[in-house]
Amino acid sequence: MATKTEAPAPQKRTKAQRTRRLLIHLGLIGFGLIMLYPLLWMLSSSFKPTAEIFREPGLIPWSFTPENYTEGWNALQFPFHHYLLNSAIVVGGAIVGNLIGCSMAAYAFARLEFRGKRLFFAIMLATIMLPIHVVIVPQYILFAELGWINTFYPLIVPKLLATDGFFIFLMVQFIRGLPKDLDEAARIDGCGHIRIFCQIILPLSMPALATTAIFTFIWTWNDFFSQLIFLTSPDMYTVPVALRTFVDSSSQTSWGPLFAMSVVALGPVFGFFLAGQRYLVKGIATTGIK
Amino acid sequence: MTTLLHGKSRTADDSGTGAKPPRAPRKAAASRGGNRRYENLAALGFLGPWFLGLVLITAGPLMASLYFSFTDYNLIGDHQWVGLENYERMLSDSRLHSALRVTFVYVFVSVPLQLAMALALAMVLDRGLRGLALYRSVYYLPSLLGGSVAVAILWRQVFGADGLINQVLAFFGIQGEGWVSHPDYALGTLIVLNVWTFGAPMVIFLAGLRQIPAMYYEAAAVDGANPVRRFWHITVPMLTPIIFFNLVLQIINAFQTFTQAFIVSGGTGGPSDSTLFFTLYLYQRGFGAFDMGYASAMAWLLLMIIGGFTAVNFLASKYWVFYGD
Repeated sequence: MATKTEAPAPQKRTKAQRTRRLLIHLGLIGFGLIMLYPLLWMLSSSFKPTAEIFREPGLIPWSFTPENYTEGWNALQFPFHHYLLNSAIVVGGAIVGNLIGCSMAAYAFARLEFRGKRLFFAIMLATIMLPIHVVIVPQYILFAELGWINTFYPLIVPKLLATDGFFIFLMVQFIRGLPKDLDEAARIDGCGHIRIFCQIILPLSMPALATTAIFTFIWTWNDFFSQLIFLTSPDMYTVPVALRTFVDSSSQTSWGPLFAMSVVALGPVFGFFLAGQRYLVKGIATTGIK
Repeated sequence: MTTLLHGKSRTADDSGTGAKPPRAPRKAAASRGGNRRYENLAALGFLGPWFLGLVLITAGPLMASLYFSFTDYNLIGDHQWVGLENYERMLSDSRLHSALRVTFVYVFVSVPLQLAMALALAMVLDRGLRGLALYRSVYYLPSLLGGSVAVAILWRQVFGADGLINQVLAFFGIQGEGWVSHPDYALGTLIVLNVWTFGAPMVIFLAGLRQIPAMYYEAAAVDGANPVRRFWHITVPMLTPIIFFNLVLQIINAFQTFTQAFIVSGGTGGPSDSTLFFTLYLYQRGFGAFDMGYASAMAWLLLMIIGGFTAVNFLASKYWVFYGD
């Protein structure tokens, strides 16, 4: 009775047990609804006239209107797709950068023997814990010297240089789990490391690469701190920075359009979440990230 | 795509090996020395970008910020060595003290609540219920969105004077405060936001619970242990490594909270500095006032605090974390 319930063999449960399960389900559903309520309410409110947002705690937009979207889209200096495009460039660059930079470093740590490997690996692990706030000032000075402030380079180039140690770690763990026989066979056939990397390790590492891509997408899309610092003029603004100027400039009356654009900003993350759930859950479970 | 990679890698490989001593007779013994050199060369190639990143983006700037913390630098003129002045200024900077207080309260209230919530839900979900995947996704979703500007905007409305919470309270005849604009409650709304994102540690707890052998529970049940005892004597000890892991990670994360406080307070850390998180104040000093020397000193203080707590966590873990048999 007290054992954990097992899936196989549809045992007959007693009535008490069944009611208990039902109650648990009801509790979980209720709690889930409370959790998601603010999000659902924002979605519904984005179709309400602003005045109603401040009067109507319910989920149904009685006077349904898409106006918030058209208004919000054009409320800032540039139409909203300008910011979406900027975000897409930054995110795309970050994904490509992380995939290339981190997989190369991971291959070295997982498969090559070289002097100082353990030390470098320890340093790499330490950098995972390094808060960006600690290095942002010198980074800013460096990028200012290079003339890169208000460009996308400070947001993309570091990824190419494998500075997200977390993904290196993720891929090292994955590559270590791949059978070594494959690369040894390739070595005997005269393959060099570049070919082993490109033709054996990378194709086999697709799950780890997918996890990296999805997390990079979500983190970069949501990232605010570095985009706020490095992007200084409205034509370079990404979605989070644009939304922020929207909040600052908006009065009580424009919450409708603000909500609408917030929904637009969350949309892609939600989409990636649905598409990549499998990888996400596996990724968090094995490495413990947000 | 494959053929492209194929062709590219072959030429790159050939030119790479061309640089090293004769390769044609690939005898194991003879190629031993060359092999090592080739390995080192390959390591250099594969690790090159990472190494450059280490020097320019992570470890290099880390050292540079230590240096700048002893200077006065506003980005325009030259930086001047001022010794410990920035650190001395911290002692009498009352806004810094507010920032530390706010951040500590946030970390030490929100992280335990968040983890307790995560563990509780994970335990309920670990009963082999139908629809587990769906529940897990629903509870996990806020973790993905919680750090975004959009959700911070939502929070600002929900806890505003005419926001969702007060509309619901009004339903029960209660007149609510403007939570985000009240110095006593503004931080609380951000703590709620962090607790709301309990999904990520919950997923980790779930994975951990799966690892506990069912036979322990069976044996305990045979011995007549009630659920409370089973929780404290089996679940908790077996989960301590996971609890420890979540604790370390969430504390480090919580210390770095920025976006939520920035958006909810409009970048000011108000009302009356009640949401002036450490990173927000650092941003104001560094990128509002361009007081780069002071901001660097603050950055190192933050690093020391986070490093200190992590170290204490690791040391203390010897006494309560149980690493299996």
